[in-house]
Amino acid sequence: MDFIELDQVEKVFDVRRRTGRLRREKHQVRAVDGISFTVPRGEMVGYIGPNGAGKSTTIKMLTGILTPSGGRLRVAGIDPSKERTRLAQRIGVVFGQRTTLWWDLPLRDSYRLMHRMYRIPDPVFRQNLDRCVELLDLAELLEVPVRQLSLGQRMRGDIAAALLHDPEVLYLDEPTIGLDVISKAKVRRFLRELNAERGTTVLLTTHDLTDIEQLCKRVMVIDHGRLMYDGALAGLHEVGESERTLVVDLERELPPIDLESARTLKVEGPRQWLAFPASVSAAPLVAALAERYPLVDLSVREPDIEAVIAKMYAERSA
Amino acid sequence: MADALRAYGLIVAMWVRSTMAYRASFALTTIGNFAATAFDFVTILLMFSHVDALGGYSLPEVAFLYGTTSTAFGLADLLMGSMDRLGRRVRDGTLDTLLVRPVPVLVQVAADRFALRRLGRITQGLLVLTYALVTLDIEWTVTKAAMLALMPLCGAAIFASVFVAGAAFQFFAQDAAEVQSSFTYGGNTLLQYPPSIFAKDLVRGVTFVVPLAFVNWVPSLYVLGREDPIGLPDWFALLPPVVAAGCLGLAALAWRAGLRSYRSTGN
Repeated sequence: MDFIELDQVEKVFDVRRRTGRLRREKHQVRAVDGISFTVPRGEMVGYIGPNGAGKSTTIKMLTGILTPSGGRLRVAGIDPSKERTRLAQRIGVVFGQRTTLWWDLPLRDSYRLMHRMYRIPDPVFRQNLDRCVELLDLAELLEVPVRQLSLGQRMRGDIAAALLHDPEVLYLDEPTIGLDVISKAKVRRFLRELNAERGTTVLLTTHDLTDIEQLCKRVMVIDHGRLMYDGALAGLHEVGESERTLVVDLERELPPIDLESARTLKVEGPRQWLAFPASVSAAPLVAALAERYPLVDLSVREPDIEAVIAKMYAERSA
Repeated sequence: MADALRAYGLIVAMWVRSTMAYRASFALTTIGNFAATAFDFVTILLMFSHVDALGGYSLPEVAFLYGTTSTAFGLADLLMGSMDRLGRRVRDGTLDTLLVRPVPVLVQVAADRFALRRLGRITQGLLVLTYALVTLDIEWTVTKAAMLALMPLCGAAIFASVFVAGAAFQFFAQDAAEVQSSFTYGGNTLLQYPPSIFAKDLVRGVTFVVPLAFVNWVPSLYVLGREDPIGLPDWFALLPPVVAAGCLGLAALAWRAGLRSYRSTGN
């Protein structure tokens, strides 16, 4: 049986807009518009899409914060909106934008309260805390009030808090937003190990394609409340016909590079931009270039997820 | 229910422990709370330096009213005073973080930042009440004694209901904390004075609409052997426990409706 099941799940909000001094117009926004997917136990899935696509709304329904307007939703066989507090024992949630820790208290106090609140057996608590402290570098931060932590430190603190009670599934809403490169790497490594060693199911929303590339075999793309794509990341590039960009620095100014496997986007002095499909390797292209042109430097730019999705959406609705 | 109380205790214990880490600061803020709230009674003392009676009530009688409502309100403020931050939590989205924990949201909001310094208000209320009891010449009966003992508890329950219902209203109108304050803090100030000095319609309003009169006015008039300005029957004096239970029930319903609405609309 699948661990997470969504069948035609909908969430419709009534939005009131002022149209006159006293008159208000009511209209409906379909934040999630008939989404179906399943996630087996132990899978790590990326859930991506532009702002306002419905990602956070989906997470809120999966955790029981919001009640769906329609469809069927089950997590570990439980209907989250009906048995929110029972489900809370079995899930961990990290909101990138806001902390679940107690703002004015040291991290240690927050953890101590979680310990009692979730009725975590002492040995389990000690073991999980030690592990998180070690892997997430929290030793120096335990006595610091949460409000004094940097964003990256707080995020690591939040991830630890979400895992102390051994949740079967971990939801991460933008876990790397605003983090520096080192913090991002730490968080990603930790999540990979968690998934590999404990078999924790992970569902993460992100804007950062690198998160997905490094963590998830499977990615789901949502836009305008609908599931646009569900499959491997590589496949996403094919479906979206996305292109990578090769930035080429030549020894001198030359006419636009003419190669079959790429098209020239722009020429600026000795620098030229070439576009090639994201689904093919850059190596043959680079080899062909090196053979025929005097190269100084090269760099490859990955396609922007927003661009991929925008293109995908344009094609679907065309 | 036992689970909810346990969770309330856990959160409160954490805040008390964190307060006690700075004992001097705790002592100062408690004295501050004591002094700030006792100022209300200083106002009453100043009035009595010019007049002998207020609406026909002597100083010890007014002190009785003051002491009973201050103790009741102080208790509710201590246990539920954090409820007025709900609107802010809805607005900034931090309410969501409470909804993913295995503990009722009401408990988490009520116990949040539990402020032990609020004992200052209860202390000064009890001191003034003690002064009133020592000075007044009441013919004690079992009923009167029981009524006195129940007054802070039933009063606290009525005020707590107003805190919860006010918070529930903030699910719909996030800036409504002031409306709530006018019933809680405002209600407390109102009840410090004898009902005979207010317009009868106001007294009827706080008896039948928002039943704050049952915190201390109705039972106190009985204990003090005073005429009721709006002519309620005698048996009304026995109603506070019933009214308190009714208020708690209604507040719980309002809270459920508010939370249900939040979970269907989000923020």
